[in-house]
Amino acid sequence: MSTIALDRGVRHGFTLAWRGILKIRKNPEQLMDVTLAPIVFLVMFTYLFGGALAGNTDAYLQMLVPGIMVMNILQASMTAGVQMNTDVSKGVFDRFRSMPIARSAPLVGAVLADIVRYVVCIVVLLVVATIMGFRVQTGPAELFIAAGLTIAFGLCFCWASVFVGMLLKTPQAVQGLMFVLIMPLTFGSNVFVGTSTMPGWLRAWADVSPVSLLSDALRGLLNGGAIAGPLTGSLIWMVGVVAVFFPLAMWAYRKRV
Amino acid sequence: MALAIRAEGLVKHYGETKALDGVDLEVPEGKVVGVLGPNGAGKTTAVRVLATLLRPDAGHATVHGHDVLKDPRAVRSLIGLTGQYASVDEDLSGTENLVLLARLLDHSRAGAKAKAAELLEQFELTDAAHRAAKTYSGGMRRRLDLAASLVGNPSVLYLDEPTTGLDPHARNEVWAVVRKLVANGVTVLLTTQYLEEADQLADSITVFDHGRVVAEGRPDELKRRVGGQTLQVRPTSMHDLDAVYRILGDLTGVRPTRDDDTGLLTAPVNDPVLLSTLVRKLDEAGITADELALRLPSLDEVFLALTGKQNEGSLV
Repeated sequence: MSTIALDRGVRHGFTLAWRGILKIRKNPEQLMDVTLAPIVFLVMFTYLFGGALAGNTDAYLQMLVPGIMVMNILQASMTAGVQMNTDVSKGVFDRFRSMPIARSAPLVGAVLADIVRYVVCIVVLLVVATIMGFRVQTGPAELFIAAGLTIAFGLCFCWASVFVGMLLKTPQAVQGLMFVLIMPLTFGSNVFVGTSTMPGWLRAWADVSPVSLLSDALRGLLNGGAIAGPLTGSLIWMVGVVAVFFPLAMWAYRKRV
Repeated sequence: MALAIRAEGLVKHYGETKALDGVDLEVPEGKVVGVLGPNGAGKTTAVRVLATLLRPDAGHATVHGHDVLKDPRAVRSLIGLTGQYASVDEDLSGTENLVLLARLLDHSRAGAKAKAAELLEQFELTDAAHRAAKTYSGGMRRRLDLAASLVGNPSVLYLDEPTTGLDPHARNEVWAVVRKLVANGVTVLLTTQYLEEADQLADSITVFDHGRVVAEGRPDELKRRVGGQTLQVRPTSMHDLDAVYRILGDLTGVRPTRDDDTGLLTAPVNDPVLLSTLVRKLDEAGITADELALRLPSLDEVFLALTGKQNEGSLV
């Protein structure tokens, strides 16, 4: 591909990302899963279980917020597949594909627009957490790295969602399957409780799950503590997920559209 | 005459289903070719292959000499696509939809806005320019679909069932737009389930059934093969049945079909003027009718006539 073609491809990707952002602005309810859902989880777990789990709600909040960030970015990243599936079933993609633009441009556009959702998700979460009493124990640099890492995590996992979105027929089916996949992934981790009381088989998984590792990395970054180990683990997961699901997503995309 | 579209031996199978089973198609430049057929005949599959959206299992096709498989980009820069499958974004307004497409076709920001405004004006959508497309009526929606397919000034336009589901008024609007485009030299490949639509718009008609071309020709040629119209009349009183039978027989020169149970009389006619003559004659005889109609052959009858068998696909 020549640089001119590459330049056009990127520009088309941005144009289609603009479409995605325009759609979010028209249907703010699309943002419910990245605004309301995190708040509900945060409030519910902190005040309902915090005292029982960590002795007091303040201590629990410090432990919970990084985990909730991971959980919600994962949920936010799963919407990508649903939206792509909707575009394909409604015929919007066919119009794009019958035009002389890069075949990957709609895909790039959808993923770029997703970043906006991720940023909204993180910002809302941190603001509400701060109101509830959460405090970053380190500094602004660590906060930025933590936020960036979380968004990158979402970008890696969204390819799994795109893959499922291209594989299944209807947006509803995609939504249903993603929900079933995400629930055990997020709850079978150290987001809400430490893994020490879990049965051996569950603990074995929860200790190496990408959700647990990134949660620990974020706890290190925001609360202070060990970073290197969990961060390395998270990065390995992210690279692995992209290595597996990006080609699969592209394959399914080419097959479908 | 130069050909805008040439397809040879197109085959596309989905498992046991033969969506296309060896289709040849030629569309001369600047002409309208109508592809007629029931649901599942392979019309849309053919359009998708010609629009580079689908790879055929066998055969090849060119648009203005560019192969749809080897040079899809060149084909895409020549075509516009409107129909069941290529659609606008319902969340965006008319303007936003057209600006988006113009930007993807490398118009500048200002150029894209100007192009959108021009097309909206042309399709009488200026008043609705800033409303979301999902609030549009069926006819407005199709007009926006058409406008969207014209952003790139295509020389070949695919219209895939452009009026399916539209009321007669909206349908006439779409037809008027298509005629205007053809007058400007655009080549059109039109798929439809309606004989009348193909008759109204197309220079020639290709009839599909089960992925194969079963007939082609000019509309009047096909209609001759199919047979003309039928005159139907049902007198108010069954006592008048014999009298009406005689009048209808004298008028058409053939023996009408008579249904004594329903009181319906039908006779084939070649000249639509006979309808008004019949009205006058019934009036003179002081006979009133519950039903009096000139009926065009239905698509079912077309298929019966052209394929010699009842069409199995689900019809409208």
